[in-house]
Amino acid sequence: MSTSTLSVGAKTRRLWIGRGQTLASGLVSLALTLFGLLVFTFILSRAAPVDPVLQLVGDHASEATYQQARHELGLDQPLPIQFLHYLERLFQGDLGVSQLTQQPVVSDLMRTFPATIELATCAMFFGAFFGILLAGMAVYKPGSWMDHLARFVSLLGYSVPVFWLGLLGLLLFYATLHWSAGPGRLDDIYTYTMTQNSGFILVDAIRSGDADIIKNAIAHLWLPVAVLALLSMASITRLLRAVMLEETNKEYVILAQAKGASRLRIIVVHVFPNVLGTLITILALSYASLLEGAVLTETVFAWPGLGRYLTSALFASDISAILGSTLLIGTCFILLNTFADALTKWVDPRTR
Amino acid sequence: MMDSTNNLNPHTTHKMRRFRLPRWLNTFNIGLVMVVTLLGLAILAPLLSPFDPNVQNIQDRLLAPNYVHWFGTDRFGRDLFSRVLHGARPTLILVSLVVILTVPIGLAVGIFAGYFGGWVERILMRITDIVMSLPSLVIALALVSILGPGLMNGALALAFTSWPSFARQARTETLSIRRSDYLSAARMQGVSGVRLIVGHILPLVLPSAIVRAALNLGGIILAAAGLGFLGMGIQPPTAEWGSMVSSGSRVIFDQWWVAAVPGFAILFASLAFNLLGDGLRDKMDPRHDK
Repeated sequence: MSTSTLSVGAKTRRLWIGRGQTLASGLVSLALTLFGLLVFTFILSRAAPVDPVLQLVGDHASEATYQQARHELGLDQPLPIQFLHYLERLFQGDLGVSQLTQQPVVSDLMRTFPATIELATCAMFFGAFFGILLAGMAVYKPGSWMDHLARFVSLLGYSVPVFWLGLLGLLLFYATLHWSAGPGRLDDIYTYTMTQNSGFILVDAIRSGDADIIKNAIAHLWLPVAVLALLSMASITRLLRAVMLEETNKEYVILAQAKGASRLRIIVVHVFPNVLGTLITILALSYASLLEGAVLTETVFAWPGLGRYLTSALFASDISAILGSTLLIGTCFILLNTFADALTKWVDPRTR
Repeated sequence: MMDSTNNLNPHTTHKMRRFRLPRWLNTFNIGLVMVVTLLGLAILAPLLSPFDPNVQNIQDRLLAPNYVHWFGTDRFGRDLFSRVLHGARPTLILVSLVVILTVPIGLAVGIFAGYFGGWVERILMRITDIVMSLPSLVIALALVSILGPGLMNGALALAFTSWPSFARQARTETLSIRRSDYLSAARMQGVSGVRLIVGHILPLVLPSAIVRAALNLGGIILAAAGLGFLGMGIQPPTAEWGSMVSSGSRVIFDQWWVAAVPGFAILFASLAFNLLGDGLRDKMDPRHDK
């Protein structure tokens, strides 16, 4: 109220200061959260039962060699100093070498990450589309059969173990109906004839210009995408339905109704813009959980992404690879959350 | 506020056209029946199982469901029906462990933050936010890979990322009752410190924490099954649903029931707690009463 007495210039200035403050506090919390993640992975790397010195020098090394290697690795120094060294190596892009692939973990991650991104993004697209549609239908007539259907589908998708759903999907659509091309990203015949340089199979397939390859890539892609999309659809429907229902109980909706606006118009024109901020948060959360859900899905579909890399590292107790993947997925999680917060503040003035 | 608008609630206008389920058939009752069934089966597993879940019988391996083996047998000839019944036990134990670990920690952090305010609050809530923004399954996997697989470690790993939601909720509620007359009355009677927190704040914060626990349980069951599926949960030969699906996945195209049956058990358990949690929330919070 008091701002109405201020001049326009002062108002804008105040607005910008406000934005600068939210930006600064956002950056501080982002930095702190990333720092927390780094502390976590550092502690885990130190707590690992595998002795990195023994790994380097072998069982038969003399005590002197052992101590020297220990000194060179910096393990004889106090923990805070070790943590600084850990950060230093990290900023140089050094996450250690994977025992499993004998490659630097960073290059492994760069090789596998696009496959996961592709899977999660496609799933997100369909999940968001059908999730928003289903939630809208549910709110259109609360208590109707559509509402019950939306509740039922989202509850089921919320409760189903994704790896099991993937297995049943493979059984039905691959082994029985032959609608899906099954595990992997491409049939073997195409894998070696096609140049793969972007890491995204769809992009590479389209670039190759070969209709058979594109068809084959889609035949491999659609089933894991559908499984993950169902998952994200379930959580989007569930959360969005609750938010929209609460919104339809507000008085402006009754006013619009009294003015004679149709239910469809109320939902699309009046309610939807008001839940847009929450929707962004929901979508970001859902995308983040898709990256995580990919860990289990990729194992089932032999999809050569980050998730399968992580699980094979788990089986081999390959600590560097495990922590590298954890760090990457964790960073994506945190960045997505921060990005969603910022975007929400941008579209929804009430949250500023 | 909500009550006054409820009479004008637009849903009432649709009431006539509503597709109505019988009144007793609500989420809470269905969930309750499913959870009680689950608990009963888990407790009575040794009595109900026709076979020893861990005895291998290679001649009878990978049998299809029949009158002797209701759900068929796995690749070691073990009876799947008995194994699925016994598999309810580690799942429920792990889930209870997670709840026992997370609810007190979350409540303590949230109540302290809300009660003391200032720096205590800022530090505690910052830690809560950090842990909350970590990917729980991946963090649990990383933790278990260091701690080693097993029931207790799995519970610890899942608990590590599950407590923040309790803390946030407890803090919000503590903040709202911190200035209440009820607490001032208690203070004037000379109640302070631990007694005030445990005796006067905790009882008010506890009910919604229980609802939240029920809502979280379904997800924890799925995460625990995921750990088992990736071989990071309770180790074979102990019957555990996630690892049973994993071993069944090798023969999914020929003997589908080996993976399908324990997976369905996971779905059932997770659905049971999700329904119960939804129902409890509907009862506690009339805003969601749809």
